[in-house]
Formats: sequence, structure tokens, C-alpha cells
Amino acid sequence: MKLDATDRRLLAATASGLPLTLRPFAEVGTWLGLPEAEVIARFAALQAAGIVRRIAVAPNHYAVGMVANGMSVWDVADEAAEDLGARIGALGFVSHCYLRPRSLPDWPYNLFAMIHGTSRDEVEAKRQQVAAILGPALRASDILYSTRILKKTGMRLVEGG
Amino acid sequence: MTRQALPPGTLDDTDRQLLNLLQEPLPLTAHPFAAAAAATGLAEDEAVARVARLREVGAITRFGPFLDAAAMGGAFCLCAMAVPPGRFDEVVTLVNAHPEVAHNYERQHRLNMWFVLACERPEGIARTAARIGKETGLKVHLFPKLKEFFIGFRVVA
Repeated sequence: MKLDATDRRLLAATASGLPLTLRPFAEVGTWLGLPEAEVIARFAALQAAGIVRRIAVAPNHYAVGMVANGMSVWDVADEAAEDLGARIGALGFVSHCYLRPRSLPDWPYNLFAMIHGTSRDEVEAKRQQVAAILGPALRASDILYSTRILKKTGMRLVEGG
Repeated sequence: MTRQALPPGTLDDTDRQLLNLLQEPLPLTAHPFAAAAAATGLAEDEAVARVARLREVGAITRFGPFLDAAAMGGAFCLCAMAVPPGRFDEVVTLVNAHPEVAHNYERQHRLNMWFVLACERPEGIARTAARIGKETGLKVHLFPKLKEFFIGFRVVA
């Protein structure tokens, strides 16, 4: 799907969020001079194309008690990695799961899964669940906890193109 | 965004139910909150008012479209470096000075600095990483995503 100028205006206008009102799409329409039905149709097309994953609420997982998280990393046999990655990504406590290249000899791990829990003990227990799913394909693993946020600017919309 | 749990009692059962429901894709209709309101036994305007309060108290960080950054154009890459502890602050300054560095985290590992490069064009990734390598004299490990598995995560409120 090729974004047109109106799609870009719509995404730019809603990048920081939608208004919390009874009819948010109508209100966005008034910002941009578009009918409500067109705002809805454009979001539906963007969602069908995978550019918008979904429109939803993002809870602050710290605020609701999920204060522990760790980047678990796994060295999984290449031939099994895609199938197993899909199973790990489907777990409710895994927020991001990616297959990435190793960087040998410093870094033998090819599967990354961010694990969330209410405590570090809970994260460790969930890590054991992941290990059990990986089974014999698993060669080595580690978990990296973040100790400091050094920068967080969020994602900027790439304009033009 | 607060990185602390809310004081006990900030959220009641209905708030938690709303938080769980509204993580699912919102119906793309003129009244997108109608279904969640009906499921929690609230009038639609009551449901919206509760969600607004949840955002005010910090239980919700965002309500809106979640974009697939790569589908929008642009390129992203996770990178890591092993920074000698004595040089950490100096290297943070050098790395963060690049506008292409979107996030940067300190992690407990020999590879102790993990950052994401966000560039308008794919060639920007290698160029920025090479520049950071030259400025710091440290090896920049590149971990581009080969495949993404992004399905199940929901916060249980």
C-alpha cells in the first residue's frame, strides 16, 4: 500500500494518540476536514495493509504491577528457530520476540524475547517456561536486565517519501 | 511514564476489565467504545470517562494507532556495545548525540549498552553505526531483525 498525503496527515495527527471521546474518529475528522466515515475507512485500509497493527490502549505495565522485565536471549538451532520463535512470541508474557543474527564470538544468541512479570522471580520462572518449550533445540541462554534508560525519544514519523 | 506500581486501590475491578478489553483492536466504527461499555455494564460515556481517568492516573500510556514502523518506511536496527565501565559516561554522550539513536539502555552484561538506530533509509544504519564505532573506538554489534513474532502480549491488569 502506498500512503497518500491524507494518510500521512492522518497518521501524523494521531501519532501522539486519539482523543478520548465518544466518537474519536469524528473528532479527528474535524481536525483534518474529513468526514468521520473517511477517517474510519482510511484506518481500516491502513490496518488491512499492516501499517497500523491495531488501534488500542497501551497500559502502563509498570503502573499495573508488571514492574520486572528482562531481555531473554537464546541460542536456538537454526532449522528450528522460526517455528519455535512463533511459539515463544505467542506467549502472553512475551512482548517482543525476534530472530536476529548472532555476532560470534561475542554473542551466540539468535532469538530475543522480552519477558514481563510482577517480580524478577516471576520473570525467571517464565524464562524456565520458555526453556521448556525450546527443548532440545536450545544450546545456551541468558537474560539481560536493564539498569538504566540512557535515552528514549520514541519513534519519529518518517516524513515524505 | 511512571515506572512504579500505582497505589493499591487506584483501580477497581471495572477499571481492570476495561484495561484488559481495550488492549484488543478497537472496532473501527463511529462508536468504538460501545462494545467495551456493554461488556462492563457501563453507559458509553461512563466508559469513556473511566478510560480518560485511567490515562490521567498513569495506568494508560497511550490510546491510539500502533504503527508498524518498518511498513511506514524507514529502517531500524538494534545495536550493542561492550563499553569499559570507566568510559561509560563518555560513550553515552557520544552515542546519544546521534539523532538516529531512538532508545538507549544500560543492561547487565559484558555487552552493556543497547540502543536502537532509526534511520529514514536502510543505508543510514550502517553509516551511523560506522560513525559511532569510529568516534568511540568500540565495536558496534548490529542485530537487525530477521523475523518478528509479535502476537500474544497483553498486560493482565
